[in-house]
Amino acid sequence: MKMNGGQALMKALENEGVDILFGLPGGAILPVYDPLIDSSIRHVLVRHEQGAGHMAEGYAHATGRPGVAMVTSGPAATNIVTPLCDAYMDSIPMVVVTGQVPYAAIGTDAFQECDTTGITMSVTKHNYLVTEAADIPQVIHDAFYIATTGRPGPVLVDIPKDIVDPNNPRSAMEWYTPDSHDLPGYLPNIAGDAELIRQAAKLICEAERPVLYTGGGILKSRGAEALLELAEMTGIHVVTTLMNRGGFPDDHPLCLGMPGMHGNYTAVTAMQEADLLIALGARFDDRVTGKVGEFAPLAKVIHVDIDSAELGKVRRPDVAIQGDCRVVTEELVKALKEMGGSDAQPDRNQWRSRISGWQERFPLTYEQSKGDELLKPQYVLEQLRDSTPDDTIVASGVGQHQMWTSQYWKFNHPYTWVNSGGLGTMGFAIPAAIGAKAGRPDRMVWAVDGDGCFQMTAQELVTAATEGFPIKVALINNAYLGMVRQWQEMFYEERYSEVYLTRDVPDYKMWAEALGCVGLKVESPEEVGPAIAQANEINDQPVVVEFRCEAEENVFPMVPAGMSNSDVVVDPSQRDRPR
Amino acid sequence: MSSAPGSEVGGTTTLVVRVENKAGVLARVAGLFARRGFNIESLAVAPTDDERFSRLTIVVGVDAAPMEQVVKQLDKLVNVVDIQELNPAASVERELMMVTVRADSEIRGQILDLVRIFQATVLNVGYDEIMVSLTGSPSRVDDFEDLLRPYGIVEVQRTGKVALPKLVKSTPDPLAP
Ligand SMILES: Cc1ncc(C[n+]2csc(CCOP(=O)(O)OP(=O)(O)O)c2C)c(N)n1
Ligand SMILES: [Mg+2]
Repeated sequence: MKMNGGQALMKALENEGVDILFGLPGGAILPVYDPLIDSSIRHVLVRHEQGAGHMAEGYAHATGRPGVAMVTSGPAATNIVTPLCDAYMDSIPMVVVTGQVPYAAIGTDAFQECDTTGITMSVTKHNYLVTEAADIPQVIHDAFYIATTGRPGPVLVDIPKDIVDPNNPRSAMEWYTPDSHDLPGYLPNIAGDAELIRQAAKLICEAERPVLYTGGGILKSRGAEALLELAEMTGIHVVTTLMNRGGFPDDHPLCLGMPGMHGNYTAVTAMQEADLLIALGARFDDRVTGKVGEFAPLAKVIHVDIDSAELGKVRRPDVAIQGDCRVVTEELVKALKEMGGSDAQPDRNQWRSRISGWQERFPLTYEQSKGDELLKPQYVLEQLRDSTPDDTIVASGVGQHQMWTSQYWKFNHPYTWVNSGGLGTMGFAIPAAIGAKAGRPDRMVWAVDGDGCFQMTAQELVTAATEGFPIKVALINNAYLGMVRQWQEMFYEERYSEVYLTRDVPDYKMWAEALGCVGLKVESPEEVGPAIAQANEINDQPVVVEFRCEAEENVFPMVPAGMSNSDVVVDPSQRDRPR
Repeated sequence: MSSAPGSEVGGTTTLVVRVENKAGVLARVAGLFARRGFNIESLAVAPTDDERFSRLTIVVGVDAAPMEQVVKQLDKLVNVVDIQELNPAASVERELMMVTVRADSEIRGQILDLVRIFQATVLNVGYDEIMVSLTGSPSRVDDFEDLLRPYGIVEVQRTGKVALPKLVKSTPDPLAP
């Protein structure tokens, strides 16, 4: 079938099962926006290209399917670099199509030309500059394959205008449906080595103080069920990193919650004291390990990851298994069953009672606000958690509010936590929540955002309002870049430098209304529940609830940057308790 | 690709990287080194017998530990097909040097002696200069360059080394499966 490159691009995207595209048109990508009119793919018109990228990420987080964004050349391409890097750090499957100046004009400093593939080389899993219209079907097919297999990640496809412009003879091509990939350097390995899996099973059967250290690889591989089976069969406690919140139910008795800089005391300490860490799809990130040399000093390590470059990158494992987390976990369960299943596990009662001792002495805690104090953010999050359906999807920004959300929410279902972990991108919450809602319209979607973050991407609420994505935003207004304020309080002798945002400017309620949302403002604890109930009732419009919170509240526990996890600082009220 | 850190003579490692012969691949490979602050000491690029692929021979001076990580990251590049870390003892290495040396009539004879001893080739002769070339192992090329230096090297160009693994010498066991 004869067609032009622009039509081929739309058809190729349709063939990959794309149902929604987040984007914003411009000169170089214009010819593709014409066949878009006739396509089955829904396009969501964003207000800033960063929004398009984070929406694609949010969609991928919530559905497991690749998110797709399409923007023009030059400034639009640079605007989407942050989401690409975010997706790269968090292994999010995403395909971004960018327009480019005509092939012959590349390298001439043409209007809105930038070296998009050069700029994005280090923040994508792979990228393409397509030079011929005839290459489009194959490149798109390969791009989705690369984005979604192995360790997932973002792939960028840069398309010069002439090969999609029907008025240019270079756009003429014959359609074909690619049915294979010619990628001799790309062979993702799924299955783990059977002998190594047996060795791992043996270590597990010998361990007295084992901990399952589970990361984003569990969710990426859709391995939550396998993990549950492994944990229940062995009775081993599970810590879920920021990237695996929801990958193991928080309500499960074996769940210790989040480890790391602001992790639960018990999760941090159990890892420190463990004699075996079973790391599944986790990457020993510095926010988890604290001072690496003093991290889990007594532990042997089993490390499972699909990316062999993760094995030994930070900590030398005793058993390193390259493979898909779900597949390897299932194999591990089988191997353990062959060794006797639960009966082959040693008596770990002593370890269990140490764990429950820590849990009793060092639960998450905060002091409720008194008198005319403003709200405590932790209280807001508890209320929000308890007045929303169990499978609510929660997206968050980056800062104190993010840590409180991860700490106080009960994640009992996979794919309910949408978050910027590795890059820590302020402004992620609102567009990511929109993407999640686009992927899961059946679910309630809340964004928990900071006042600083909100001001970075609030314009996408216009997208939410006009395109019909009734997300809800819990805005934790603490008048500060709170996380930075906390560091200045603790580590810079309370010398506050450029962290005060002001309390009343902007007027968030008015701003929300101007953006096409319902705006609510909450100041006292009694108003919190009713405001959430009111927001939950609104299904035809986005809602922003401004919770006016205490500025001075700090996130605890905390392992100060560069310190050992053994030196975790607990809440002031717990500091004289025996460790 | 072996996971053990590769050859390290004088703190250098030789990587032979087979890549897809496509635009931009060299930039991807070079970028991985540059991002970690590793200097590439020499680099030779040429197509292989299969025109879909090129072979890069890269010599880098780095410690073993970050090298292992670089090799793994290189391996992740979609266009990188395979990587060999070559130990000089287990490989045959060659390099080409072209050099122009000052050689007025008084000393030309001495230089031609060196050319004979090293089995180098005279490429061009000028009024008081001579241009020669030598192909050999990198250390032999080093020696030749060192011996020419006192006469006054005008210009020198080396290709960077290329290498292939040494061949198996023992007869394969005819009874092996
Ligand atoms: C784009 C970006 N710029 C700067 C930072 C550094 N940073 C991390 S948290 C934070 C404060 C966030 O403030 P806010 O959104 O109000 O959240 P809070 O900590 O007050 O809950 C800043 C500035 C960042 N993570 N991302
Ligand atoms: Mg704030």
